[in-house]
Amino acid sequence: MNSIEGQIRIPSGCAIAAVISKDGNRLTGEKIVNSMKPMHDRSNGLGGGFAAYGIYPEYRDFYALHMFFNDRAVRKSCEVFLKERFEIIRSEIIPTRKIPAITDEPVIWRYFVAPLLSQLNNLQLDEKEYVARTVMKINCEMPGAYVFSSGKNMGAFKAVGFPEDVGVFYQLDEYEGYSWTAHGRYPTNTPGWWGGAHPFTLLDYSIVHNGEISSYDANRRFIEMFGYQCTLQTDTEVITYIMDYLLRVQKLSLGEAASVIAAPFWSLIENKTDLYDKKKHEFLRTVFPSLLITGPFSIVFGFNGGLMALNDRLKLRSMVVGEKDDKVFVASEEAAIRVMEPNAENMYAPAGGEPVMIKVKKGAF
Amino acid sequence: MLFNVTGLGFKELNEKLRGSNSPVTLSGCCGQRFIASGMKDKCITIEGVPGNALGSYLNGASITVNGNAQDAVGDTMNDGEIIIHGNIGDAAGYAMRGGKIYIKGNAGYRAGIHMKEYKEKVPVMIIGGSAGSFLGEYQAGGIIVVLALNTSGKIVGNFPCTGMHGGKVFFRGNVLQNDFPQNISLRPATSADMGSVTEQISEYASLFGYDKEKILNSPFTVAVPDSKNPYKQMYVAN
Repeated sequence: MNSIEGQIRIPSGCAIAAVISKDGNRLTGEKIVNSMKPMHDRSNGLGGGFAAYGIYPEYRDFYALHMFFNDRAVRKSCEVFLKERFEIIRSEIIPTRKIPAITDEPVIWRYFVAPLLSQLNNLQLDEKEYVARTVMKINCEMPGAYVFSSGKNMGAFKAVGFPEDVGVFYQLDEYEGYSWTAHGRYPTNTPGWWGGAHPFTLLDYSIVHNGEISSYDANRRFIEMFGYQCTLQTDTEVITYIMDYLLRVQKLSLGEAASVIAAPFWSLIENKTDLYDKKKHEFLRTVFPSLLITGPFSIVFGFNGGLMALNDRLKLRSMVVGEKDDKVFVASEEAAIRVMEPNAENMYAPAGGEPVMIKVKKGAF
Repeated sequence: MLFNVTGLGFKELNEKLRGSNSPVTLSGCCGQRFIASGMKDKCITIEGVPGNALGSYLNGASITVNGNAQDAVGDTMNDGEIIIHGNIGDAAGYAMRGGKIYIKGNAGYRAGIHMKEYKEKVPVMIIGGSAGSFLGEYQAGGIIVVLALNTSGKIVGNFPCTGMHGGKVFFRGNVLQNDFPQNISLRPATSADMGSVTEQISEYASLFGYDKEKILNSPFTVAVPDSKNPYKQMYVAN
C-alpha cells in the first residue's frame, strides 16, 4: 500500500563512509560497499554513490569522464562535441550488473581523454581549467548529457537506489583503489535522480555529504561569479565548487579551506592566544565571508592522493574516525567502521570544524 | 540468555528482547538502532556497537554496553540505567527525564541536551572522562557530572550550558567562568551539593572500579543558572 506524504515517517538522514590506505595499497570496493549496510536506515533508496581513487592506473595520464546520457542520440551528439575538444583515447560502456534493486538506468559511458593541445594554446588555459569549463558547458548546455566524474585515475559511481545496491550494480568489487568514499542519500530538497546522487565531483575533487546547508544560496551566488554553474539545486554541488575554487584557483591549503567553510566563531577567534593563528583566521573570514557554510554538514572530500573529513562548526552531524595499520576509516557511525575493520583502533569523533586530513605517502599513488 | 544478533534488523532484535524474561546478552551487535526502546523489567548486556537511540524512551530496563555507544543514547528515557564501558556519541541523554546514564569514557557533543526533572524524577548522567561542546545545552533539570578521570587537557568543549535554565552540572576540577554564558554562575560545590550526588558517584565508582573516596574528596565546581528565568530579557515577559 502506498502511503502519501504526511502519513509515513521515514527516519533517516544520509550516511557517509570512507577508507584510505596511507601506503597506497589498493583495496577492492567490497569493504566500502559493506560498510553502508549497517547504516541502511539513514538512506531512503533515492541515491547512493562512491568515489574511488587509483582505479585507472593504466590510464593515469588521462581525464576519465564518467557520463550519463538520456539516450543514444544524445550520446552521439555529445561525442561529436568531445572530439572537437579532446583526443579520446578510449570510450566504453561502464559495466553494470542488472539487479532488481536498480532500475531506469540512463546510458552510462566513460571516456579517457586528453585535451587537444591546439585548443589549449588557442584559449590560453591550463589543462584543468579547460577540462572544468568543458564539464560545466556540457552539464549546463547539453540537455540529456551529464558528466558526473572528470578526474585522472579516479572515478565516481552513482545511481538512484540504496548504496549497497549501487555498489553491486557498478561491480565495485572488481575495481581496486587506494581510497574510497561512499554515500547513502536521503534527499531533502530535490526529487532524487541519478546525477543528483553523491559524490559530486569536479576534476579529481569529490564530496560526499550528510547534512543540509542553510547557506546554499549565499554560497551559490558568490561562486557563480567565478564561472561555476550550479545546475542541480542541491547543496553538495556548491561545496564541491567551493573546494575547487579555494584549492585550485585560490591555492589555499586544505586546512585553510576548512577554516573558510567551517570558520570558527568570532568569539573563539577573539580568544585565540596564538597571534599568528588568530590573524590567519581573521584574514580568511574577512576575505571569504560568502564561503562560510552554515547549517549541518559532515563531509568527506576526496582528491588525488588523500582525503579530508570535516564537520560543521556546531557539529550538527555525527562523524567518527578510526585507524588500523596503514588504513584510516571515516563514517557517520562507528558500526560502519567496525564492518570494514572489526579491530579498528583510536576511534574518535573529531570536533566541529576540526579537519581530519589524510594523505597517501609521497609517490605511493 | 545469549542472542547473536549479527545481521538482524532492529525490529526483530527488539521482538526477541520483548519475548525474553531472563537477563539477555546480545553478541555481534553492529549498528542496530532503537535497542530496548521503551522497555522495562529487562536486563540487557551488549557486545559490539549498538546503533543510534539506544534505550530511547527506556522505562526501567538496565542496559550495559561493553564498548562504545553511538548517538542519542537514552533519548527521552524515563527510568532505568544505561552503563557504557567506553565512549558515547553525540546528544547522549537527549531530553531524558529520569533514570541514570553512566559513561566510563568521554561524551561527544551536546550531552544532556534538554534534560529535565519533575519532583522525584531527577535524571543523572555521569561522564567519566571529558565532555564535548554544548554540554547541558538547554538543560531544564537533572544532574550532569563530569569526572574528568584520566583526562589531560580541557575537560569540557566550547559553549557549555548554553541556554541552560534548570538543573546542575558538576565538574571535578576547575572550569573557567569565561567559557560559560553570562546567565550561568559557577561556584565550588557545597556539602549539600555533594550530598545530592554521593550515592550515584559511589555506585559509579564501584561499577567501573574506582576509589569513591578519592573521587568524592576532590574539589568540584557546580554550574547553575543564576535565576529561575534567566532568559526573560530575550523574549516576551512570561
